[in-house]
Amino acid sequence: MSSLAVPAPIDRVFRFYQTTVGKKAIMAVTGVVLFAFILGHLAGNLQVFEGQAKFDNYAIFLRSLPAALWSARIVLLVCVTLHIVTTVQLALLGKSARAVSYVKKDNAAASYASRTMYWSGPIVGAFIVYHLAQFTFLLTGPVMEGHPYDNVVLSFQQWPISVFYIIAMVLLGMHLSHGVWSMFQSLGITSPTRSPFIKSAARLIAIVITLGFLSIPIAVLAGFVTTSGAR
Amino acid sequence: MNLTLHVWRQKNAAAKGGMTRYEAKDVSPDMSFLEMLDVVNEGLIAKGEEPIAFEHDCREGICGSCGFMINGVAHGPQRGTTVCQLHMRHYRDGDVLFLEPWRATAFPVIKDLVVDRRPFDRIIAAGGYISASTGSARDGNTILVPKQAADKAMDAAACIGCGACVAACPNAAAALFTGAKITHLNILPQGAPERYSRARSMVGQMNAEGFGQCTNIGLCEAVCPKEIKLEVINKMNRDYLVGVLA
Repeated sequence: MSSLAVPAPIDRVFRFYQTTVGKKAIMAVTGVVLFAFILGHLAGNLQVFEGQAKFDNYAIFLRSLPAALWSARIVLLVCVTLHIVTTVQLALLGKSARAVSYVKKDNAAASYASRTMYWSGPIVGAFIVYHLAQFTFLLTGPVMEGHPYDNVVLSFQQWPISVFYIIAMVLLGMHLSHGVWSMFQSLGITSPTRSPFIKSAARLIAIVITLGFLSIPIAVLAGFVTTSGAR
Repeated sequence: MNLTLHVWRQKNAAAKGGMTRYEAKDVSPDMSFLEMLDVVNEGLIAKGEEPIAFEHDCREGICGSCGFMINGVAHGPQRGTTVCQLHMRHYRDGDVLFLEPWRATAFPVIKDLVVDRRPFDRIIAAGGYISASTGSARDGNTILVPKQAADKAMDAAACIGCGACVAACPNAAAALFTGAKITHLNILPQGAPERYSRARSMVGQMNAEGFGQCTNIGLCEAVCPKEIKLEVINKMNRDYLVGVLA
């Protein structure tokens, strides 16, 4: 244990990444970044309730800062990639660590959200691909270049699109309700007194985020937000 | 009461095992779970069959020898209880029980419900000690230990190394065990000087043994007979990360 040899920095990074604790820390840090993005994205999206001009101007404003936009995109892409790669590697490790499964196993003591992370994550991932194809690359759905507000409204007026968004956002909420608490635990910054508070706060913020995102397709389907603006 | 048992029978580490059905007749509610198995085994021996192998020693819930899955829960349904301290009064006539050994690649089955838990010994050997002599009993009083630290260390030290945490975890992670052993020493003034190298060595050994990753879902905490809390994993993560990154 008390070895005096100090490994080279690159060795240290490699060894850190090799451990389960190191990978979980990377998953947590990238999770924090993605969580921060989700908050910002929600705040931006909710401007749809302030009408077409405000929403379109916001979109134009984002596009007017190519350096910042691409920096953010690269950071997000790196984070998503690391989040997925560490997850896949750890999931495979977990599977090999429990190579023989039980005839009977009771997992009821763990929350439903925590037990379904390997489902909610990939489905949200698939949703993100679809979401980018629709609103960023304008490859699918009733969308046109240069009309972000109309694109949102016309898309969500088609109920299958809205339903998919609603399902994906509920799963995102479930993923966050475990993930946000889990980040603190993986980074070693919980404590017996703070833990219950962090768990409750994680659930609450997951519900708030989900409801925030859901409000948009629901408002469009209900006819509250139309191409001529919010009523 | 009469019970139906489905028990994992496996002749040795190399053999292929399977579930075998047994009827446990006239079980007294005053028996412990292991006493019930003793009676079943006496019946098997009388019939000339091989008795069901299970591990046990103190039968007082403090040694950490016993433990197997009962209907998918490590140590059975009573919280904070080892299987030797689980009593048959918690069961009803006609209950069907599935008994299986801890399942983890790191814990290969030796026979029936007995698994090899030596990986835990190797994790302890990697850093679960204090290198310098800390003196004898009276010297303990010369080093002031804050009451809070003493309490936390004692809570973590309650770990008996039974392996239920690994068994309950869907990834067969040994994070609760390793976390308890790290917390127990790292929190005390005698153990604190080596806390980073200890966390690094013990986490390294835990990984080398082939245990899975902690996904913070808390199934280990739910089955721990000593009710060790997830916070010990938090402490392990912190001391590992600070030690590696700082």
